[in-house]
Parts: sequence; C-alpha cells; structure tokens
Amino acid sequence: MFSLERWQEIFETMSKNWLRTLLTMISVFFGIFILVILLGFSSGIKNGVRNEFEQDATNRISIWTGVTTKEFKGLNPGRRIQLRNSDFEEINTKYDDDLEYRTGLYSIWGGTVTYKKESGNYRIEGANADQQFIENESMVLGRFINNSDLQTSVKVAVIGNQIKKDLFKDENPIGKSIEVFGINFLVVGVYTDPGGTREETRIFIPITTAQKVFNAGDKLRSLAYTIKMSDNFDEAVALSASLSEQFESDIKNKYSIAPDDRSAVRVNDTLEEAKKIYGLIDTISLVFWIIGLFTIIAGIVGVSNIMLIVVKERTKEIGIRKAIGALPSSIIGMILQEAIFITALAGFIGLFAGVFLLDAVGPMIENDFIKNPQVDFKTAMLAVGLLIFAGALAGFIPARRAANIKPIEALRDE
Amino acid sequence: MIEIKDLHKSYHMGSNSLHVLKGINFSVNEGEMVAIMGSSGSGKSTLLNILGMLDEADNGSYHLDGKMIANLNEKAAAKYRNQFLGFIFQSFNLINYKTALDNVAMPLYYQGIKRNVRIEKAMHYLEKVGLADWATHLPNELSGGQKQRVAIARALASDPKVLLADEPTGALDTTTSYEVMELIQNINDEGKTILCVTHEEDISHMCKRVVNLKDGLIIDDSLVKQVRAKEAANV
Repeated sequence: MFSLERWQEIFETMSKNWLRTLLTMISVFFGIFILVILLGFSSGIKNGVRNEFEQDATNRISIWTGVTTKEFKGLNPGRRIQLRNSDFEEINTKYDDDLEYRTGLYSIWGGTVTYKKESGNYRIEGANADQQFIENESMVLGRFINNSDLQTSVKVAVIGNQIKKDLFKDENPIGKSIEVFGINFLVVGVYTDPGGTREETRIFIPITTAQKVFNAGDKLRSLAYTIKMSDNFDEAVALSASLSEQFESDIKNKYSIAPDDRSAVRVNDTLEEAKKIYGLIDTISLVFWIIGLFTIIAGIVGVSNIMLIVVKERTKEIGIRKAIGALPSSIIGMILQEAIFITALAGFIGLFAGVFLLDAVGPMIENDFIKNPQVDFKTAMLAVGLLIFAGALAGFIPARRAANIKPIEALRDE
Repeated sequence: MIEIKDLHKSYHMGSNSLHVLKGINFSVNEGEMVAIMGSSGSGKSTLLNILGMLDEADNGSYHLDGKMIANLNEKAAAKYRNQFLGFIFQSFNLINYKTALDNVAMPLYYQGIKRNVRIEKAMHYLEKVGLADWATHLPNELSGGQKQRVAIARALASDPKVLLADEPTGALDTTTSYEVMELIQNINDEGKTILCVTHEEDISHMCKRVVNLKDGLIIDDSLVKQVRAKEAANV
C-alpha cells in the first residue's frame, strides 16, 4: 500500500488521464464542500440561538401582569392587575424549595441619565441583588446591588458597560455621582452582559429605592425567578413548566381572573422555550447532516461510476499487465488505491475550501440567529474518516471487476 | 521444455459447442524455434493461449520446464507467466501512456525489482533490440516495427524460459517483418526457446521446425531448414 513504486504508477496514470481525474475530483470536492458548509451553518445557528438565550439565565421564569380581557365572577374586563410586594413574598414562601434566585422588578423604560455634560436615555430597573444572576450579568468594576442597599434604600446604581462608555469614556465611574431624573445616584458597579450592547444599556438600582423614588409604594411591574436546576435537563424542564403553571393559577385565583384570560397574567418559561428551540436546532443539524451525506453519496457514486469506466477503458491494459505477470492483488490494489487517493485528495481540498470559506465569511455574518459558523476539529476528522471509507467503497466494485478481467479476452484482437 | 499430451479444448457459445483442440500431443525441447501453422480456425491461437496459461485446457496434461500446469489459481498463473513466459502479440499490446523504457520495465516491476535496477535492465534490452535512442518515446511515436521490437524487449526483460509469439509479423509489411524475424532468430541463436504462431509460409520457414494444425489436430510436424531472415531480405 505504501510502496513508492505503486504511488509512481498511480501518479503516472492520473496525470496521463488528467481530465478524467479532474472530473472525478470535482464531484467529490463538491460533496465534502457542501457538507462542510452545511455543518458550519448548523453550528452557526446553534451558536446564534445559544447566544440569544445566554442574555439571561436559561432557567428563568418571568411574570408580568396586564389588563383583563374577559369578565369573570361578575367582574368586568378592562381591570388593570397590579403586582405588589406581597405577591412576591407569597410566591417566595410557597415555592421556596424550588427557587434559586428571585426578584421583584420596578422599571422605567426610558429615563434621562446625566454625568457632568454627557447624558443619555436609558432603562432604569429597580431590582434585588439576585437580579445579577437572573440577568446573567458579570461585573467589570465594583459590585452589584447588595442586601444592605435594599434595607437602607440608598441611592446607588449599577450601570452597564455601554453606559459607562457613553457617559464616562475612559474615566472610572465607581464612586461618581450620576443624575437620574434629577436625583443623584452613586455608581457602585459596572456590569457586562453576554447579550451584547443592547443589554448593557440598563441601570440597576435597589427595588426599595426605586419604589420610593418613583412613588410606587409597594407596586411591582414584574417578578423574575430562576428555578433550581437538577442534573437531568428533562426533569428541570418539567419542573419549570409545572412551576410556571402554578404561578399563573395562583395569581389568577388571587385576583379573580378568568383561567383562559391570556393577557392579564403572562408567565414566560425560558427553559421550555429553550427546550423547544434546542430540539429544533438538533433537527436542523440532523437534516443538514443527511443532506450532506447524500451529497457525498452522490460523489461516491460518481467516483465509483468513473472508476468502472476507467476499468472498462483500461481492460486491455489490465489484460497486458496480467499477461506479463501482474498479480490480481496488485491490480485490485492499484484501482482501490487510485480511488481512495482521488477521493481523499478531492475531499481534503473540499474540506479546506469549506473551512476556509467559513473562516473568511463567518465573522462577517451579522444575524441574530447565525453566529460564528464553523466546523470543529472532531467533525472535520469524522468527515476525513468518512472520505477514506467512501473512497474504498467507491473503488471496491471496480477493483473487483478489474481483477476478474481475463487476459485472453482483454487481448483478443478486434 | 514443453510437453503436452492429449490436449482438448471446447468453447461453448449458447447451445453450440465448438471443439477447437481435439487431442494435441506435442513437445518442444530447449533452444527450439517452432512455427505453429494453420489456417484461421485451426486452433493454433487457442493452443498458444493454453501454452501461455492465458486459457485452460479441458483435458490433457501440460508440463512446462518439468512443472505440471493445471488448475492454477490466478495468483499462481500470474507468477508462472512472469517467471517462465514472454509474450509477443500481433498488435504489440504496449501500454500507450508509458514510454518504451517503462513498457519494457513493466514485467520487472511485477517481479518486485527496484526501480533503478529495473531501468538499467530495461535499457539493456532496448539496446539489444536497437532502440536505445527511442527509450523516452511513447508507443504512438514509434513505427510498427519499432513497437514490435519494444514488445520483444519487454518479453525478454523478465528473462523467460519460452517466448510465445502470436502472429508477431501479422501487422507489419514484409521488410519490417523480416527485420523483426531476424531479431527473433538472433534471440533463438542465444538459446531461447521460441514458439511462433503464424499463417505465413515464409515466416514459418524462418523457424527450425514447423507444426501444421488443421481442425484441431496436428497433421504435420517436421524439421525444416531454417531460412535466415537477413538472407531472405536480400533476395
């Protein structure tokens, strides 16, 4: 298999029949190239969606309230349902064992924030210390809101990295004072969010402070929780779904809301969504694999076909070789090795072209759902293994046929 | 060198059966140069194919250099062919994308000889047939006579016991034919056993013994006075 002589023979026959060799290689090249591109994009979609989810904790459950749309127990539709601190406390106590992080939220969508001469319009959220983990924030500078802030309702603020860039430029914002609606807040921390700049244009202040400053009393805009994750993903999804249902029915009971009123209380179960989307992604990558494999099969059939023609075309030559002493095994080896070599060479070129294209074009793709499309090393190695196998498969039948050629028939003068 | 006894061979084509060889008895000693004559359909090519282990007899025995040749698998047949026999064909059967030198070196490749030794040996045989200057040419750049001489060099390269020639001059004009026969005669003079199938009277008389085949049987087997090709050409 590795004798230099054999390779010389193969290179010679290949270069003497370069057009045929080239055409064969093109079909394999495209098979692998398309597989790599498809796999790259399937991983790109995976990365993109995962990134979307990473903005917040995946095991998060959020609860909002709105306006009732259905009459229930003699109450008219159109009532505004208002969450209060007591709702938050009730859920906390009732489901304490299953909850990991928890916070009530009171947020202002847009508020003018000023530092010296710089100002901007940002979202202001009153939250608990747990909000850091629910929103998946990591600290760049300083600290997040803590329990002592909450107890004393001090005017401190944690700002996003983007706000820091906007207002403070290169200055260290910790310990500086910013103005929110004309009220001074002390900056105690800067956070960054995996969701990117959009998620970094928020200011967190203690919920107790927010309720005082914005005259909200004990009102809450929404509640957010994360559930305790078990090691089993499916169990976690089930727990998340049942908790979501219970939260919804508890609040509906408490405020006398029709069980089928969808707009009065909304519970968003991130884990359930995540499961659905991950399932979808798995399906997409499976479909991509299947398409890719079929493309490769088409390539293999092409190689096999062309090798059959090659054998047919070289019948006489193979007959001559046998007449002067070629062993059947050397004929099989010759055809098989040529098939494997052609598939492997064309496949590698396709593999590298695909990887190169993904590398070059991948980072330029600006899309929320496709991010960083690439093929990992394991997949590439798998493709290579597949190629060698495919080459052997493609060469096998033609090689057998070649070995069975009878010299006397091949040499018969027509 | 060659000894065959009661050799039978039939071909089956659909329901028809064609009895080509009907009991051939014949032996060849070392150093002989035998012409096998016969009209087409007499079975002379079939006989040569069996002698060349390209085909198998239905009945009878065949000994080559004292070895019984029967029921060989492909591998063994290939080995014997490579060791004992050299073929010369009417249509030369050179591999057309290989140079003259590489064609001659082919049997040596299948003997597992290293490339540099192979090339050296092949060059030696090309010199012997007078084509050293054409070593790097492809077959389609050579004339018919030159091609046949390359084929002869190839047949000689593995240093076989017996040369089997199937109408070696069938595709050549008279002058070239005689040149090729002169070469074959010279090789025979050096002691190589040669069997030559032909249907041309003048070519057969350049051998030392003529075997006449008709309808699958030997009708005549006699020694003749060899006509030297060189002299025949001057007539």
